[in-house]
Amino acid sequence: MEKKRTFGKRDLILFAVIIAAGLIGLAVLYLRPAVTSGTVEVAVDGAVTMTLPLSEDTEVRIDGVNGGENLLVIEDGKAKIISASCPDGVCVRHYAISRDGESIICLPNRVVVTIRGGEKGEVDAVV
Amino acid sequence: MYKKNRTARIVLYGMMIALAFVFSYLEHLIPFNFGIPGIKLGLGNLVVLIALYTLGAGGAFVIAVVRIILTGLTFSGMFSMLYSLAGGLLSFAVMALLSRGEKLHIAGVSICGGVMHNVGQLTVAMIVLETVNVWFYLPVLLISGAVTGVVIGIVGGLLVGRLQTYLRLQR
Repeated sequence: MEKKRTFGKRDLILFAVIIAAGLIGLAVLYLRPAVTSGTVEVAVDGAVTMTLPLSEDTEVRIDGVNGGENLLVIEDGKAKIISASCPDGVCVRHYAISRDGESIICLPNRVVVTIRGGEKGEVDAVV
Repeated sequence: MYKKNRTARIVLYGMMIALAFVFSYLEHLIPFNFGIPGIKLGLGNLVVLIALYTLGAGGAFVIAVVRIILTGLTFSGMFSMLYSLAGGLLSFAVMALLSRGEKLHIAGVSICGGVMHNVGQLTVAMIVLETVNVWFYLPVLLISGAVTGVVIGIVGGLLVGRLQTYLRLQR
């Protein structure tokens, strides 16, 4: 059997295309400004349980599935989870969210915290 | 390419599964923290990739599934196993198909495997959590999947080259 090459031209092109797509996606998602009048939506197991204003500093406990708990803090127009009952703590390490559609997800407790932009749903123009 | 000696094959499978298992354990010990879930080195995939190029698709499939079940039962729990299975099987299917063709080398195949692993996990997360917002992570996971895929692919390529010499000697 001939010795095969490990890394060829096509592999490089593929790599470049995926990285470029990722960077474009990042730019589109993360160069947006934080929402000013948005809300923080808390969903447990797919059902919305709480909607809180992003402008008000609060601290609430979220009851997830199977008795799991997450502590949500809203501060300076950003939402983050500061403690959780789950062992992995992925949601706690997640960065604070403030842009429309961004979310923090706790898989074990099936908790999804999402930012919803305040302007959505309003009428753009009335003729 | 390695069909004659049954005992040798059993040993080889056992070694590969053990290696994959140890790599998955190592992976659990490395705390990757970028504030975004799902970024992983994919060491377990290294063994599956090598198996794909030395034992063929059938052998690689066995190793991929056994590895996920073992690590699921030992470290991460049944729940995470579902995610690992979705990512692992999608990644395996794509890699198995691509490694048959001549278009991509092992690095390219590994890149696709890494990216598809993340795509599979996002798909399960979307279904379980009933939210499309998980796709917000896609750009980051595309980049991380491609970067780790390249690293794993190049290392895998080197190892496959050496293993093939060894396997030929054994026959």
